[in-house]
Amino acid sequence: MSLLSSTTRGTITRATLTKDIRLEWRSKDALNSMLFFSLLVVVIFSFAFDPLAEESRRIAGGLVWVAFLFAAVVALNQTWARELRNQVLDAYRVSPAPPNALFMAKALGNFFFVSLLEALMTPLFIIFYNLRALGPAWQLIPIAFLGTWALVVNGTFFAAISLRTRSRELMLPLLLFPMSIPAVLGMVAGTTAILTGENSAHFWIVLLLTYDVVFTTACLALFEKVLEAE
Amino acid sequence: MKRLFPILAMLTALMLVYALYQALVVAPTERTMGDVQRIFYYHVPSAWTAFLLFFVNLVASVGYLVKRNPKVDALALVSAEVGVVFCTVVLVTGPIWARPVWGIWWTWDVRLTSTLVLWLIYVSYLLLRRFSDSAQAPVLAAVLAVFGALDIPLVYFSIWFFRTQHPQPVIGGGGSIDPRMWRVLLINWMAFLCFALLMGWSRYRLESMRREVEEAQALESLLGDDRGPSAEIRNPKVAPNRSGQ
Repeated sequence: MSLLSSTTRGTITRATLTKDIRLEWRSKDALNSMLFFSLLVVVIFSFAFDPLAEESRRIAGGLVWVAFLFAAVVALNQTWARELRNQVLDAYRVSPAPPNALFMAKALGNFFFVSLLEALMTPLFIIFYNLRALGPAWQLIPIAFLGTWALVVNGTFFAAISLRTRSRELMLPLLLFPMSIPAVLGMVAGTTAILTGENSAHFWIVLLLTYDVVFTTACLALFEKVLEAE
Repeated sequence: MKRLFPILAMLTALMLVYALYQALVVAPTERTMGDVQRIFYYHVPSAWTAFLLFFVNLVASVGYLVKRNPKVDALALVSAEVGVVFCTVVLVTGPIWARPVWGIWWTWDVRLTSTLVLWLIYVSYLLLRRFSDSAQAPVLAAVLAVFGALDIPLVYFSIWFFRTQHPQPVIGGGGSIDPRMWRVLLINWMAFLCFALLMGWSRYRLESMRREVEEAQALESLLGDDRGPSAEIRNPKVAPNRSGQ
């Protein structure tokens, strides 16, 4: 592995990433189902509580992130399943390409798709729930950025684990959700703090950053063991 | 070693009876809570035992990732299973005590919530072991255990901060504890540790036997007829050259 220079790693990551984005662009399977799924969540939740401005400010943080979390699982499940079809993953395993490059490409690809989903769905949430932040709204950007990466980096990793199990589509949320509790709490509590303007979201941004650093390191350190588990 | 097992079983039974007697009869009655406080002698030792077993699981999982010794993997599996049992005891006895004392079954306090999350993480660990093939399960589970260990401090701090922003019920914290209660508590913990060791040991023996049987069956299907589950049956595209011969 050490024979490969960092430029080769970069090339492999970029090649896999562009391939995945191109495939998704042609089919739009994951993106369409994610969008429709989160739209359904928006509508169904409106029956669960009265979407008045004051009430929705308290609940919207949880609502938005639960919708994105469930929708992200759709994309995450497809990450590796695509590579199984023609034994691409086996080919990758016997090739000298570094596993981390593949992992980074997949995680970045998922980050791109989930960010796109968020960018498209957020205006809809704002309209449907009459949202207006009372706190510093720009802080939502680091929360969204760090929170999405937190979901996606562990999600990509656990999707690779659940790929090796029976009933793999079922396994991913069972592994991902318990592990993501601090990240989800950070996203929800941070967003609520900004929307209501009652508390500072500073702690939650630091928490998400810590979570991201810890788990990105862990994923990169342990991905090879998962890919080569036999 | 095998002859030690009935001795340990006898010892554990005696210890548990003695600890029960200590907890129900010898220990002084708590002034404000009354007899319901005696559940403390089951709740706290179970919690300590569960945390100890989860720690054993982490050490065994890291050990397996480094050395790939199947015995260490069996230890990781067993400690997680017995740990989940004790953690369940903690989560069940807690509300039974909380209802008469706090007036509520459950509160989303930091210790309660993080114990619940710990339990969830280890249940997902056991699910992963159940759902994966025996060849891959050890590595995948060991990786998950490492992730869980990294997650626990983050869980604790996030919930601690989340809850300190909100009013929380007064927990019987602070104050001093009667030394006689301490003694009973430690006796109970010893008894619970023996019990955990006994359960872990018998589960370990069962797991080793299961693996031996599995290996023997795999060997038999390799040497004997082709009816055994081979790679081609599970994944027909793996060996196309064989059908072409």
